[in-house]
Amino acid sequence: MPLEIYLDLVSEPCRSVYIFAKKNNIPFEFKKILLFKGEQYREEFGKVNYFKKVPVIKDGDFTVSESIAILIYLAEKYGTPDHWYPADLQTRARVDEYLSWQHSGMRKHAAKILWLKAFGIDVPKEKMDSAMEDLEETLTAFEEKFLQDKPFIAGQKISLADLVAIVEIMQPLGAGVNVFEVRPKLRAWKDRVRAEIGPVLFDEAHQMIFNVEEVAKTIDPSAKEIFKPKIIKLFL
Amino acid sequence: MNMAAKKALEVYLDMLSQPCRAVHIFLNHNKIPHTVKTVALRKGENRTAEFTKLNPMQKVPVMVDNGFVLTESDAILKYLATNYHVPEHWYPRQSERRAKVDEYTAWHHNYIRPHAAKVFIMEVLVPRMTRQPVEQPKLQRALEQLGDTLDKLEGMFLKRQPFLCGDDISLADLLAVCEIMQPLGGGRDILKGRRKLESWRSRVISALQGSFEEGHQILYQLRDKTTSKL
Repeated sequence: MPLEIYLDLVSEPCRSVYIFAKKNNIPFEFKKILLFKGEQYREEFGKVNYFKKVPVIKDGDFTVSESIAILIYLAEKYGTPDHWYPADLQTRARVDEYLSWQHSGMRKHAAKILWLKAFGIDVPKEKMDSAMEDLEETLTAFEEKFLQDKPFIAGQKISLADLVAIVEIMQPLGAGVNVFEVRPKLRAWKDRVRAEIGPVLFDEAHQMIFNVEEVAKTIDPSAKEIFKPKIIKLFL
Repeated sequence: MNMAAKKALEVYLDMLSQPCRAVHIFLNHNKIPHTVKTVALRKGENRTAEFTKLNPMQKVPVMVDNGFVLTESDAILKYLATNYHVPEHWYPRQSERRAKVDEYTAWHHNYIRPHAAKVFIMEVLVPRMTRQPVEQPKLQRALEQLGDTLDKLEGMFLKRQPFLCGDDISLADLLAVCEIMQPLGGGRDILKGRRKLESWRSRVISALQGSFEEGHQILYQLRDKTTSKL
C-alpha cells in the first residue's frame, strides 16, 4: 500500500511535508483535505487522525501527525540526504532547537495575519497592530538568534529547520504583508532556500496562499459561520 | 565519572520552570554527571548581561556541553538521550516508535504546555505580581480549555497503552508530567477525578522514583506556602 499524505496546501505545515516529499522523490498518494470546506471534520478523516488536523500520514498501518514528526520519520525512512536531518549530533541538535522554538515563536505569529484576512474578520486596529508587532519581533529573533551570519539555520546547508521556517514566513505574503521588504538578510535567506528546494516546486507549493481571498469566497456561508469563531478564538 | 566530566556538562535551570524540571530529573535519573547553575526567574536572573550573552532569548533551560550551547528542552533532552547513551525507551531508535515521541513533543507545545501553564500563571503568578484577586471568569475559561486538552491527552495518547508513546516511559511522559504538576504550586491537582490520567501519573512517578520527588521539592514548597494562606 502506498504512503498516503493528507494535505491542504493552504496550511503551512502541510506545505513543508509536501515540498519535502516531492523534493526527495518520495512516492505518495496526495489525499486532499479542504480545510475551508471543513473536510477535516468528516468522520472518515477522524478515523485517520483523532485530532482532525492536517498534515497526517498513513504508512500501511502506521499513522503519524504533526509535521515535525512526519518530516523526521520520512527523512529516516527514505534515507534522504544527510543535510536535511544531520547524523552529526550537534548539528542535529541545532535543527531540533529551531523545530522546538518555532511552535511558540514563529508559527503562532506568522499564521495569524493570513487567517484573519482570509475570513474577512474585522480586527480592531490595536489587535492587528499588536499582531504585526509580534510578527516583527519574531522575525528579528529569527534573524538574530537562528540565522545570524550563516547561509542556513544549521550552518552551510539547508535542513528541515529552514523548510519549516520558510513555509511559515511566506504565510503573511498571502495577506499582502511583504515581510522581506525591509529585511535584506531574510530575503537573501529566502532566495537561497527557494533555490535549494527548486523554484518551480517552491512556487507551486505556495500558490494557494496567494489565492486565499478567492478560495475564501468559495466557502459556504454556513461553513464560514462555523469557522469564524474558531479563528477568532485561536488568534485573538 | 570523573570531575572533569562533571564540569563539562552544565545546565542553567530554575526549578519552578516545568521544562527545567524535566531536564533536571532526566539527568539525575540517568546519573549523568553535570553541574546545575540556578537562574531565578522571579529575581530577573535571566535578564543579566551575562545570562543574555549565553542565551539572547533570556530563557531557561540552557545546556552547555563542553562549550556547546543548546536551548529548548525538547532539543536538550533528545541530545542528552543520544549523547549519553541512556536506555533506549527514553527516545527509541526505531523510526515508528521515535515518530510517536516526536509527535507528542510537537503536540505538547500547543496543548499541554500552554494550557496547564496558563492555570498556574493565573492562580499564582498574576495575583502575586498584581496583588489583585484571581480573575474568575478568565480562570474558568482556562480550566475549560485545559479540560479539553486533558481529554485529548487521554483519548489520543493513553487509549491502549500505559505510557504516552507505548509500553515504556519516554521523554514524552517526562515533559507532560512536569507541566501537569505545575498548577499544584497553587494547590490545584488538575488530574483530580481523572482516573486514567491519575494512574498514568503514578506509573510515571514510580518509574522516576527519587529523582521525581527531589525535582519537585521547590514546587511542593510553593504549594505549602500558597495553601497555608488560603
